[in-house]
Amino acid sequence: MRFKTFAIFVGPSVFMMLAFIAVPLITVFWQSFYLTQPVLELVEVESCTAGFIEQTCTTEIRSQPVLDEFGEVMTETRFTGLESYRRVLDTEKLGAAVANLDLRAVLTIDFWKALRFTLTFTFITLPLIIVVGLAIALAVNNTVHALRGQVIFVSLLPFIITPVIGALSIRWLFVGDGILTRAIEAYLGQDIAVFAQGWSIELLMLFYRVWHVAPFAFVIFYAGLQSVNQDAVEASIIDGASRFERLRYVIIPHLMPLIIFITLIHLMDAYRVFEEIIGFRAQSHIISLQSLTYEFLTPDDSGNRSISRASASAMLTMIGIVILLILPLRRTWRDHKGKY
Amino acid sequence: MKIKSLVLAGMLTMASTAAWADCAFENTVPVKSLTAGFEAWKSVTDAMAECGNFEAELDQEFRTKQPAAFAANPSLYQMGGVSNGTITPLINEGTIRPLDDLVAQYGGDLKPNQLIQIDGQTMAVAMMVNTQHLMYRSDIFDELGIAVPGTWEGVLAAAEQIREAGVVDYPLGATMQSGWNLAQEFVNMFLGFNGTFVNPDGSPGVNSEAGLKALDMMQRLTAYMDPEYLASDSTYVQQQFQQGKVAMANLWASRGGAMDDEAESGVVGLVDGAPAPVAMEGGPPATTLWWDGIVIAKNITDEEAEAAFRLAVEGMDTEMVTANNDDAIWLIEGYEPNRLAGGAIATATFDPPPASYPSSTEMGLMHSALGNQLPSFFTGERSAEEALAAVEDEYTTAAREAGVMQ
Repeated sequence: MRFKTFAIFVGPSVFMMLAFIAVPLITVFWQSFYLTQPVLELVEVESCTAGFIEQTCTTEIRSQPVLDEFGEVMTETRFTGLESYRRVLDTEKLGAAVANLDLRAVLTIDFWKALRFTLTFTFITLPLIIVVGLAIALAVNNTVHALRGQVIFVSLLPFIITPVIGALSIRWLFVGDGILTRAIEAYLGQDIAVFAQGWSIELLMLFYRVWHVAPFAFVIFYAGLQSVNQDAVEASIIDGASRFERLRYVIIPHLMPLIIFITLIHLMDAYRVFEEIIGFRAQSHIISLQSLTYEFLTPDDSGNRSISRASASAMLTMIGIVILLILPLRRTWRDHKGKY
Repeated sequence: MKIKSLVLAGMLTMASTAAWADCAFENTVPVKSLTAGFEAWKSVTDAMAECGNFEAELDQEFRTKQPAAFAANPSLYQMGGVSNGTITPLINEGTIRPLDDLVAQYGGDLKPNQLIQIDGQTMAVAMMVNTQHLMYRSDIFDELGIAVPGTWEGVLAAAEQIREAGVVDYPLGATMQSGWNLAQEFVNMFLGFNGTFVNPDGSPGVNSEAGLKALDMMQRLTAYMDPEYLASDSTYVQQQFQQGKVAMANLWASRGGAMDDEAESGVVGLVDGAPAPVAMEGGPPATTLWWDGIVIAKNITDEEAEAAFRLAVEGMDTEMVTANNDDAIWLIEGYEPNRLAGGAIATATFDPPPASYPSSTEMGLMHSALGNQLPSFFTGERSAEEALAAVEDEYTTAAREAGVMQ
């Protein structure tokens, strides 16, 4: 391909990547080292609010932003270095907790609590998704031709559902007076409250994510199974390989690049776990790194937001993903080099 | 909710072109409003739409949209619906205009206690008050011979009796969803114990005796609630009432109307209101007073502001109140308090009176810190002292970042 043709094809996507990924990323990176504050002044204000019968008036000293001549809030931005990172990581409390070897105290700090859940979530769902996905693919591959279309359709359904909608449906099924809870309560004869404690919510989240993403792994594996060398399979049958041995020594090595591909995608996705937290209303029990960033960005009633801390926590999340991806990426890179 | 408000907005746009017959004047200047989405706002904006050229957006996410939309020049909305909590960012950023001239010209029918004055200027016009107060199932209380409790200790005793009788799933309902709702419950109880959120020197004051007492009381109450109380918001409590699952709750007055809504409620006529219980002898009811009302954007033409204000006055007139009397505790002339409003009004006029929600930049930060850190106390991860210390830490960090504390 001539360079010009190449450039024409790739140009638009490079431009989009720069505009919508690189530029925001650099801005966030920059913002995490700076702090923008409104210029405040203390003023004595008499305010009267509505009562049912008469007004109640109070005089108080309020801190109020200073407005410039255009009526805009005056702000000042200053370089704070790693201050926002220190605030997010809460290094002071972390240091004290580590010195006392107190793991519980570490896990009461928002960031570390979120990291604990995010990592557990990522590493428990990963093997489950690969195993379940592969199992469905093998099962479908072995069903009779006439039924395959229907089976594939049904298996794909969970993946088609929008994550937030899926999470909400699961919540409504399992919430205190949900249909499933009622059914289980009637069967067991005891009161069940899935959303009343952290561990049961966490289990439900793991279940939901595996249910939702396994079809994705299934589709990829199913495609991979179509290209397994049948000669090799037949040869191994003649050599007396059992079903398991064929899977272990012929099929899985063939699917290895796909397993790594799914691992890569899933690590990236699961590390950004967010829909489950919002959909299950789980913030009181469980927070993830992504939901923590979201929390920082949501303005309160007085309009305050912590942009700097949100930027720092977003950068930390990204660093985490990069660290997780190093291993599988190195392996793909080596395979890639070996081929050429 | 968004779809609902969109459809509603669409319908209002269509409706507004058709009829202005019920309105005192014909509006020729296009006006848009952004308000919360509860029943009272629907009634008021419907009444405004009768004058024509009016488009209402009713959105429960208004509090995140409003500051940015009003800061635009020209402002994206001419009129906004606020409460004493959500007016703060608009005042701070100077994006709403003083209304004194307009009140003098067109506001003859407004009552003096509707005018919200800040630093001597009228910045908003209130239409209703709202407060959390005790709603209870009068039939259950009568049947079991329980007197309506006036203190939170009394609520505990009544809850115990109701549990023993086993007439409902859970004796108590509470808006304790982690985040804003849970923080609000703490604010109510903390003020009931005469607590001070922020000391005069700017440091946080929740890790105090009042704070510990408030948390202790809240935890004792949770024993009588649905175990999933950390996910229950006002709509959920309202539904628990309507489905006969709870016997009492400290619930918003604006939810009262729904109890007698025959289309969705199974307890029509059985829910009564009483003043919010007091937390300690001689103290104020453990609740806060809120108002809802309208503001007019600054970054619009005077002509638009005038039209918006005239619409507001038209929407908040006696005719509207007569037609929608039970939607809220209206401040407007012509309002007849009904059975369900009694409790809220008794709360508002209690002696000593409950505090108005103390809205300020600091309070916004404090409310967020409470909402983020208190759940860990109720899940048992932290003791009360640890949780309150964590609230103070988060507040200090956030307040330094926002510049309100050195």
